[in-house]
Amino acid sequence: MLDTARRIATPEGIELALRLAGPVPRAGAWALDLLLRLAILAVLAMILGLLGGFGLGLFLLCGFFLEWLFPAWCEVNWGGATPGKKALGLVVLHDDGTPVRWPAALARNLLRAIDFLPAFYGFGLAAMLANRDFKRLGDLAAGTIVVYREGKPRGFQIPHAPALAPPVALTLAEQRAILDFAERAQGLTPERAEELAMIPRALTGRLDGPVAAERLVRIANYLVGRK
Amino acid sequence: MRQAVFEARYGADWERFDTWLDRDEKVPRRSGAAAPAGALPDIEIPPAYRRVCQHLALARDRQYSPELVDRLNQLALRGHHLLYGARPRRGLARGLEFLLAGFPRLVREEGALVAAAAALFFGPLVTLIVTLQWHPDFVYYLLEPESLAKFQEMYSPANKRLGMRDADDNVAMFGFYIWNNVKIGFQTFATGLAFGLGSIFYLAFNGITIGAVAGHLTQAGYGTPFWSFVAGHSALELVAIAISGAAGLKLGGALIAPGLRSRKAALVAAARPAVRLMYGAAAMFFAAAFVEAFWSPLTLFPPTTKYAVGAILWAVVLGYLVLGGRARAA
Repeated sequence: MLDTARRIATPEGIELALRLAGPVPRAGAWALDLLLRLAILAVLAMILGLLGGFGLGLFLLCGFFLEWLFPAWCEVNWGGATPGKKALGLVVLHDDGTPVRWPAALARNLLRAIDFLPAFYGFGLAAMLANRDFKRLGDLAAGTIVVYREGKPRGFQIPHAPALAPPVALTLAEQRAILDFAERAQGLTPERAEELAMIPRALTGRLDGPVAAERLVRIANYLVGRK
Repeated sequence: MRQAVFEARYGADWERFDTWLDRDEKVPRRSGAAAPAGALPDIEIPPAYRRVCQHLALARDRQYSPELVDRLNQLALRGHHLLYGARPRRGLARGLEFLLAGFPRLVREEGALVAAAAALFFGPLVTLIVTLQWHPDFVYYLLEPESLAKFQEMYSPANKRLGMRDADDNVAMFGFYIWNNVKIGFQTFATGLAFGLGSIFYLAFNGITIGAVAGHLTQAGYGTPFWSFVAGHSALELVAIAISGAAGLKLGGALIAPGLRSRKAALVAAARPAVRLMYGAAAMFFAAAFVEAFWSPLTLFPPTTKYAVGAILWAVVLGYLVLGGRARAA
């Protein structure tokens, strides 16, 4: 399947699903980080500018740390994300799905020095498009992935309705499609939900939109085992 | 089992596990701290986590609704992060031990690469210094006359302080050396990912530039100010460049000759020691910048003293790399 979900196997013998972040959100996060860094440096320049040569030295030191070490520090100690990544809901993890630690965080940040060659992260982008995990060169060497932070579940429930047995036997995949519809119908416009409900003719016959949707919800209630 | 029965039976377990995760993600507790009353005690967490994993597997296999599978996936994922992410923090002692013993040991382990990088760097450097004494005009093949004039101005015997224009400040120069030199080190390292070519280029390029400047200034009669300026920090800085190059070659080598692994796996395995080499190299660059900013420009001492300090530092650096960490090797 063409999908950006990546499955990692855990020692418990299950697979956890992670959603990989592609070049666009990552470029956005990078741009936010850059803006933040420039803003901090501008403020520092104003304050430290008053201190002459001493201030200039401190300014250059801060610039160095902000560029090379600060992102790695954030990724290790601040929930796996720099401020820009946090804003876009991204998080850096090891390949095995565990939170990133110092060696990998430093490796991926130091290796930005080659990712941004020849200009505007050209090598990094080429590398991201050439492998299925959207890894830039630094990620490849450090063994890290950038994924979306999982949001809280939407909390959609299948609406309660009197259960109704489906008129034909359904395969597991078909049952799952019905359940998915019943849950997500609340997030759709009524028109779209009705349109979708009229597709499975075997279940809804010649019923009209609203009635068809209601019938699917009733079948879903039957499938999850409600009375 | 139908989904509704499944949820009714285990929902409370998930709820409690969720509450525990919420609390622990917000406040990372030191081990030994007691859990608040009524909450799931820490000792119950691993079994609770394994149950969630099993429920996730069941829910997927039985094709329960996607919402439920997502919810369980998320619970298992968060549990996985907390249980497998919590590793003991490496304290200051570990860092110190690395600097005193681990780093020199690592440099010796990668001795062949360090030697290759040193040859690429010091080879052209020394060759040029010697060559330019007999063929001074050769320098114009390598450097622009304008930049040579700038270097001559920097090391003019008329300057009160060495290696910088008079108005500059020590701390400013310290910041500049960190900013500039460590970046050169990082570049030398990172570009090694291009099959080692970048590291080779930067090593040779820096060796040629430094050799040309040093040879030219010596030949032009600016030798005393130049050498008494660079003597102090030369050991730390030049060796750090060579080690950065070796770390880069380590990455490139993993791609060229991955051995019995895939190139990707070989790269990940090589990145670990390479980054550890860079920890040490960065520390050496910092020390070098400190010496360069606060000791090297002083004219308080006669050149002979500064040469002596430089020689001692070379002995210390080489002795550290050759002998460091041998006693504790078990």
